[in-house]
Amino acid sequence: MRKTQISRIIQRSAVQLAGCFTLAVAILSHAGISNGQTAPQKPTPQKPSGDDPDPATSKRLLLPRQVELINAAMEATWKDAEIRPSPVEDELKWCRRVYLDILGRIPSYEELSAFANDRSPDKRYLLVNRLLNDENYTADYAQNWSTVWTNILIGRNGGMEERSLTNREGMQKYLRDSFAENKPYNTMVRELVTATGTTRPGTENFNGAANFLAMKVNEEDGVQATAAVSRIFLGLQVQCTQCHNHPFNQWKQQKFWEFNAFFRQSRALRRFASGTRDIDHIELINEDFAGQGRNPSKAEIYFQLRNGMTKVAYPVFIDGTAIDKSGYVKEVNRRDELGNLMMESDYLDKAIVNRMWAYFLGYGFTKPIDDLGPHNPVSNPELFEQLAKDFRDKSYDLKQLIVWITMSKPYQLSSRSIKENESDDPTLGELPKFSHFYTRQMSAEQLYQSLTVATQAGRRGNLDEQQRRRDDWMRQFIVAFGTDEGDETTTFNGSIPQSLMMFNGDLIKDAISIEPGSWLQKLSQYKSSPQEKVQFLFIAGLGRKAKPEELTIATQLMDARKRDVGGMLQDLWWAILNSNEFIFIH
Amino acid sequence: MWNRFATPRGMTRRHFMSHAAGATAMVGASLSFGHSLRVHADTLKKNRKSCILLWMGGGPSTMDIWDLKPGSDNGGEFKEISTSGDVRISEHMPSMAQQMHHMAIIRSMSTREADHNRGRYYMHTGYVPDANVDYPSYGAVIAHELISQRPDLEIPPFVSVGGASEGPGFLGMAWAPFNVTSNGRVRNLEMSVDSDRLAQRRFALEAIENSFISQKRGSVLEDHKKVLGKTFDLLTSKQMEAFKVEKEADDVQERYGKNGFGQGCLLARRLVEQGVPFVEVDLGGWDNHQNIFRTLSNDRLPVLDKAMGALVADLSERGLLEDTCIVWMGEFSRTPRINADAGRDHWARSWSVVVGGAGIKGGQAIGATNEDGTEVATEPYSSEDLMASVCHALGISLETTFTSRNGRPMKIANSGKLIKGLFA
Repeated sequence: MRKTQISRIIQRSAVQLAGCFTLAVAILSHAGISNGQTAPQKPTPQKPSGDDPDPATSKRLLLPRQVELINAAMEATWKDAEIRPSPVEDELKWCRRVYLDILGRIPSYEELSAFANDRSPDKRYLLVNRLLNDENYTADYAQNWSTVWTNILIGRNGGMEERSLTNREGMQKYLRDSFAENKPYNTMVRELVTATGTTRPGTENFNGAANFLAMKVNEEDGVQATAAVSRIFLGLQVQCTQCHNHPFNQWKQQKFWEFNAFFRQSRALRRFASGTRDIDHIELINEDFAGQGRNPSKAEIYFQLRNGMTKVAYPVFIDGTAIDKSGYVKEVNRRDELGNLMMESDYLDKAIVNRMWAYFLGYGFTKPIDDLGPHNPVSNPELFEQLAKDFRDKSYDLKQLIVWITMSKPYQLSSRSIKENESDDPTLGELPKFSHFYTRQMSAEQLYQSLTVATQAGRRGNLDEQQRRRDDWMRQFIVAFGTDEGDETTTFNGSIPQSLMMFNGDLIKDAISIEPGSWLQKLSQYKSSPQEKVQFLFIAGLGRKAKPEELTIATQLMDARKRDVGGMLQDLWWAILNSNEFIFIH
Repeated sequence: MWNRFATPRGMTRRHFMSHAAGATAMVGASLSFGHSLRVHADTLKKNRKSCILLWMGGGPSTMDIWDLKPGSDNGGEFKEISTSGDVRISEHMPSMAQQMHHMAIIRSMSTREADHNRGRYYMHTGYVPDANVDYPSYGAVIAHELISQRPDLEIPPFVSVGGASEGPGFLGMAWAPFNVTSNGRVRNLEMSVDSDRLAQRRFALEAIENSFISQKRGSVLEDHKKVLGKTFDLLTSKQMEAFKVEKEADDVQERYGKNGFGQGCLLARRLVEQGVPFVEVDLGGWDNHQNIFRTLSNDRLPVLDKAMGALVADLSERGLLEDTCIVWMGEFSRTPRINADAGRDHWARSWSVVVGGAGIKGGQAIGATNEDGTEVATEPYSSEDLMASVCHALGISLETTFTSRNGRPMKIANSGKLIKGLFA
């Protein structure tokens, strides 16, 4: 019943997505958009669930119970730390934040205006629901989360290396489809861990999920698969225990190789184009494993302690559950068994809740987020446990989890710190207390998508072509570390190479182009005053109107450009895109 | 007003930029800033030090390069040769063998981090990874301490060639490595507008930038502004010529080796000549779990030997070695015992690094490992000790203390101690 109520409201205030300046400029005069100089709003009281006797508020939509759970835990944290939360963020800044986090891009001018004009007291909740459930947004949503998870599963460099066994497009396609249909998280994990099939779209027996492990099973007895599956999905860091007992956590070398034994039936095979020796695609398969003792009915593996002693391992899950030792696939499919065991583990629930919390709020319950070992301290352990349990009970619905977090109090708060919470600064080594929103930079992908929305830069060709163009563009920021584990980092991190790209890069040139047919050229041609056009730019880029001194600068730029509006808009748009206010999520 | 802008003669472009971008520019300010910052440059140039870190990503087997164990089961396939110093090294390092009188091998490094990420962080910062404090790396620390000697430097003081290096930690993004490829190519340097129009854009940008900083939304916003400033500096700087390795004569390029690492080392020399205080050059591919001897002798060591040998000799010939500290290291080394795949795995307990230049006494080995290389037989040294010794060589006081923004004082190089015998 509640669902129909929401969808009715969504339909009523459905936004117009196409860039339409007529609409845009008409809205401008009464958009209710400030220039950001007024103080952030007072918090609007959000009613928790339960029957509400007050008729004035009884029409409000009910938020999920977990929102109140988070709020109560946070209030207690603030009280303990003797700090006070910042006020609720200005609503358009919040709108920009939620678009960037859920859809991976800034809202368009029209989307911001629609939100500004929405008079419902539940407008924030309605917006979150719209971004998650309105079919107009399905493609953006799937694209964003596919990007996020491609980077988690195969890295930014995955599939770009010479002779790579990974097909990046195949990985992205699998993830896009999965997020578009809101596949339960546990199902997705099981599919990724147990996948067999070919990696390249369009081949017979294609299974994009196979790209996660395709490059991680052949070399070094599947050590990379062992480390990636345990770290990404269970939050357990085991890579050091491969050679010796880990000094800090309970993972022993024995356990590493027992976990590793689950991957020993798996191979990534090169399939050739018929009649040639050219590799056409890769196929991930399971095959009988004889074990190093050459006895497939009891397929064992050997590993060496540092003192040279040899020990034996069979597949045993982290909780001590052993499976049949047979290496024959038709008797025991080891990865299927692993998938089953992982579904029962509460590390599965915690790892994803921690990841999503950190994604939206900047810091997780542990640091780093993918190390949940007993040696690593947890902030707010009760809340963490409860959210993990509730997520399992809600059938691993990621959209539910997103609602809980984005509608919670800490996510509503301003990124401006106040005197009473200045001490809450995790960059100083303090545990995060979430008493204000932590400013963080957009990712390179978010920037790219945002420019695509704001200026149609890079938006040519079909979805796959756009994706490829973006991947090519991303390459300039990737730096590899030269280890077997394929570690990498990015120079899109606020350092000079990033600034140079923002100053002079082709993408920016495209975004500020005034060639005929370009976005800025159309804006410059529209029948409105230069001042209105300047306002349009500030709202589209920063979610606020220009301040008086900024309008003065625009006028001076007009003079400098000899009254050429297009040139002035170009200079101003360049400045907006290069500003901290644009590139940071706040 | 705008169209009357012109760059005055005799003024550095950087100097112009910084003024043109100021508020005065908007009202067509007087153009009377004739002074150059270069007044003191010559005196400062005399005693300015630099550091080149040769980073061996993956963890090179120092037992096969700098501390061989002939006669031990762990010794492997390589033979020792004598050198110009009082040390013997691998037969696959003939070029370095002629330069060892400049270099010291520290054979008693003993550390605990044998995971790539942890080891890389520890060897770069002197601190083990800490979830709560992000420590600055060598390049950030040294650039931060030595920048005041270089008021005329317009290009970034911390350059990482062909690799990622490690970040600036709590010193902030203004001290982040400037990453370039080994051929020195810097992307996106081509400006699409002239410097007048760029200055006008900069003025508009700084207005937005400053007003947002005043809203107290976190220190990262101020860092962003500092990085913008540095970007404007280098965009218009003639010093960017230093990145153009291709301007070197062909025989010089050939001397270093026409490969990424060779050209990277040559670039490092050019940058040091230009006054850059810290350059890191990356050579990966040392994570040799399999077939280590073939990989080293056919591939990694020839590349390393040629480039490093050329770098030491070239710096020495140009009189730069006495002010330039060279550091060679990876995140750890490899197991003395050879594994079943003819490889060596990760090992941090007993290994070597190499340093030289900037007053370090060359031609010697400091410390020793035991007969089969599994233990350090003399006083063990740590990443902290190495970092302290390098700072000392560069004239940076070990009493230097950083105060992170929460007021916690932190001694440079994590209070490491000087390695005995390294300085005459």
